[in-house]
Amino acid sequence: MPVQYYIFLSIALFCIGVMGVLMRRNAIIIFMCVELMLNAVNLLLVAFSKMWADAGRVDAGGAQIFVFFIMVVAAAEVAAGLAIIVMVYRNSQSVDINIMNRLKN
Amino acid sequence: MGMSLQQIVFGVLSIISIISALGVILSKNPVTSVLCLIVTFFTIAGHYIMLNAQFLAVVHIIVYAGAIMVLFLFVIMLMNLNAEIEPQKRNWLKYAGAISGGALLLVLLGALREAEVTPLQSGSTEIGLISNLGKTLFNQYVVPFEVSSILFLSAMVGAVVIGKREA
Repeated sequence: MPVQYYIFLSIALFCIGVMGVLMRRNAIIIFMCVELMLNAVNLLLVAFSKMWADAGRVDAGGAQIFVFFIMVVAAAEVAAGLAIIVMVYRNSQSVDINIMNRLKN
Repeated sequence: MGMSLQQIVFGVLSIISIISALGVILSKNPVTSVLCLIVTFFTIAGHYIMLNAQFLAVVHIIVYAGAIMVLFLFVIMLMNLNAEIEPQKRNWLKYAGAISGGALLLVLLGALREAEVTPLQSGSTEIGLISNLGKTLFNQYVVPFEVSSILFLSAMVGAVVIGKREA
């Protein structure tokens, strides 16, 4: 099976994530779209790992370790990010991303 | 030319994942978005299994479906968000976002369409098994592993400090 299929699928998922970040104003949805983009990249890394493993490379597992670390960072990011969103909601009763305009002045 | 079983499974999983990913960004209700994202994550776990990354598939389900999405759902239900108070962007901004995302899609597709990569073999590889990954992790990547534990600790402390009521 051509690895191109996985490249196209990852591109589609990544661009859907980008569209979501640009189109929505709900901070939680934007956050979820960032997770979607991270997962598109993970999928691509795993596909390339399989490609290198098929080619007989012994170090192809490195890509999967990289995916593992991306998951670790994503989990930490969600913990801190959701705490920030809850804090913003508590102060302004809204998760509208435009609230952040107030930081300007 | 008939399609192999692998390609059929890939096609079905891909269609489900793209439709549910679109559901994440198009649905008005945040809870529906979270459920769509969970479906997307499960299909991605299916792709991992197809690519012989069994350990990553299990970790992916545990971390994303089990921890991260539960956290999202918990926060959304805590805030009692629903479609009525959902903030809406102006229409032209939405179109601008969709068009720029579509333009990025076209650019990436056009750039990578001709990429020279070797096709995947249908045979399985041992590389994604937990024993092999564990050896790689603890031989070559011990320091990043330990650093990530510090990252987790700081994220935990940070979340508690941020979430504390008026310190």
